[in-house]
Amino acid sequence: MKKFLAVLHARNMEFLRDRSALAWNLAMPFMLVIGLAFTFSSSDKELYKIGVIGGIEKLHSVAPALQATQHLQFIAYDDLNAAIAKVEHHQMDMLLDVSGAPKYWVNSNSPNGYLLERIVWGTEGTHFAQQLVQGAEIRYVDWFLPGILGMNMMFACLFGVGFVIVRYRKNGFLKRLKATPLGAFQFLFAQLVSRLLLIMVITTIVYSGCNLFIEFNMQGSYWTLLLVTTLGAMSMISIGLLIAARTASEELAGGLLNLTTWPMMLLSGAWFSLEGAQAWVQKLSLIFPLTHMISAARAIMNEGATLSQVMPHVLVLATMSVIFIAIGAFIFKWE
Amino acid sequence: MSPIITATNLVKQYPGVLAVAGIDLAIPQGLCFGLLGPNGAGKTTTIEMLEGIQQQTSGTVLYKGEPLGARYREEVGIQFQHTALQEFLTVRETLELFKQLYRRTLPIPELIALCSLADILERDTRKLSGGQRQRLLLALALINDPELIFLDEPTTGLDPQARRNFWDLIKLVKSRNKTIVLTTHYMEEAYALCDEIAIMDKGRIVSQGTPTHLLAEHFADVVLQIPVADAGSKLAELGLNVMPTGEMTEIRTNRLHHVLQLLINNGVNLDRLRIRAWTLEDLFINVTGKKLKP
Repeated sequence: MKKFLAVLHARNMEFLRDRSALAWNLAMPFMLVIGLAFTFSSSDKELYKIGVIGGIEKLHSVAPALQATQHLQFIAYDDLNAAIAKVEHHQMDMLLDVSGAPKYWVNSNSPNGYLLERIVWGTEGTHFAQQLVQGAEIRYVDWFLPGILGMNMMFACLFGVGFVIVRYRKNGFLKRLKATPLGAFQFLFAQLVSRLLLIMVITTIVYSGCNLFIEFNMQGSYWTLLLVTTLGAMSMISIGLLIAARTASEELAGGLLNLTTWPMMLLSGAWFSLEGAQAWVQKLSLIFPLTHMISAARAIMNEGATLSQVMPHVLVLATMSVIFIAIGAFIFKWE
Repeated sequence: MSPIITATNLVKQYPGVLAVAGIDLAIPQGLCFGLLGPNGAGKTTTIEMLEGIQQQTSGTVLYKGEPLGARYREEVGIQFQHTALQEFLTVRETLELFKQLYRRTLPIPELIALCSLADILERDTRKLSGGQRQRLLLALALINDPELIFLDEPTTGLDPQARRNFWDLIKLVKSRNKTIVLTTHYMEEAYALCDEIAIMDKGRIVSQGTPTHLLAEHFADVVLQIPVADAGSKLAELGLNVMPTGEMTEIRTNRLHHVLQLLINNGVNLDRLRIRAWTLEDLFINVTGKKLKP
């Protein structure tokens, strides 16, 4: 424990005294959140999103004229309650249920819902029964905040740990530590905890700071959010440790880290929803810890999801953390 | 004296390169043992296998008669040739960090005094001069009060003054009955510090013993040095073993009295005559056929 604490303290000091790195770690997410909030706060959508319960194929026979209308995006859903919640939060403009007697849900406060209702009447007549829901809109900034913070955490976790360990190995510091009684697991765990503490503190500062300007939506529990983000950060740090476990070249490490971060950035739903994407893309996205962290954080913040509701994500993140750090410690080389 | 560390038929094979080709060593306790050799001779590979940093391809290394293990890490001190420290820490913080990694340690104030670190304690380790940095690295190697200390080219890159100061430090450590294994390019360093040396070439030990013994064994003659201007052209006619070396003419002989008489009889000016002692550098060239390059 004494050794672990000594290495942890030293790494924390190194990070906190590296003012340029610290400033960048704080400034970048601030700039991203604030910048994107202003950029996209009044953006117009070209497509109307319509959820479909009962299958897109059946929609073809029930509402062919509607389906042939341009600029509409149909997304299949199985879970009626989850789909209705999306209409409530203005994340979806309309929900159609063609599994039985045709009916639709729109949000009485949604302009898009109002317009879509007219389109349905114009194309299909009135054989769809109207169902109304109510609920305040979830702003784009509320939707993308977990994504942007998650993405920033991902970069800080992977590059912050991966590059640092490769640098230690390259400049001989790891070799110096190898000559001491310090164990590989103690060293790696100290790196993990150090990075985790720093990331959580920085993310909290960024969230709180941005919240002063943009009052974010928060429907759920901060404790549940803390658990999800902590596990998410741990799993991504573990990936960084895994990549750095044997790599001695910063160029190779950079390539491997980019190879890991780019698919995560594009396919984890950080920037855009994958609801309309092909099924295999949605399945592929589930191998990334960032997907689980962002999905759970969005559910907690925007829909008030409880711990039990996000438990599948929590379990996946915890399992990933354990597996990655175990493999990383097993294959770790000091030199 | 019983050996503190022994190596038996130590071999290190890299793909396509035999770095160490079967070395046997037994280093007695309390001795300063020097490992010398040209670049690529296998010194660092050998010392790193003795340190337990590199795994040998075959052969055994025993510390106090036992294979290297957790106890070894606690009782050995190492100063690597190339190393880095945690950045953004002061000298004091670096000492504190390494102190926490061992069970048994020297008191920090004692280390500070021993390695003359008092003036630089609060300095960022990235801002140390070469000599200050080497003193800190030596302090880290001594922090666990080791019985066996490895110093891999500890004075390479230091100016002559800093090097001599470092020698004094090593002598001080040696006076505490520590066993030191030292590699160096500097022959005068080996002569000043080492009780016993081994010269390596092409992965093998080609000569081993005390410096005095090795010099006596390899050189039975002496070297006379006469400025070229004083020697004139007569020396070549006298049938002497003459070697011109820049501004001096060197005469190698094991019949000193006879040669001196010959030079006097032939009117050679001996006012600036010098008798040069054989050095470890001569020995090194003699056994390896190579010059040392620091």
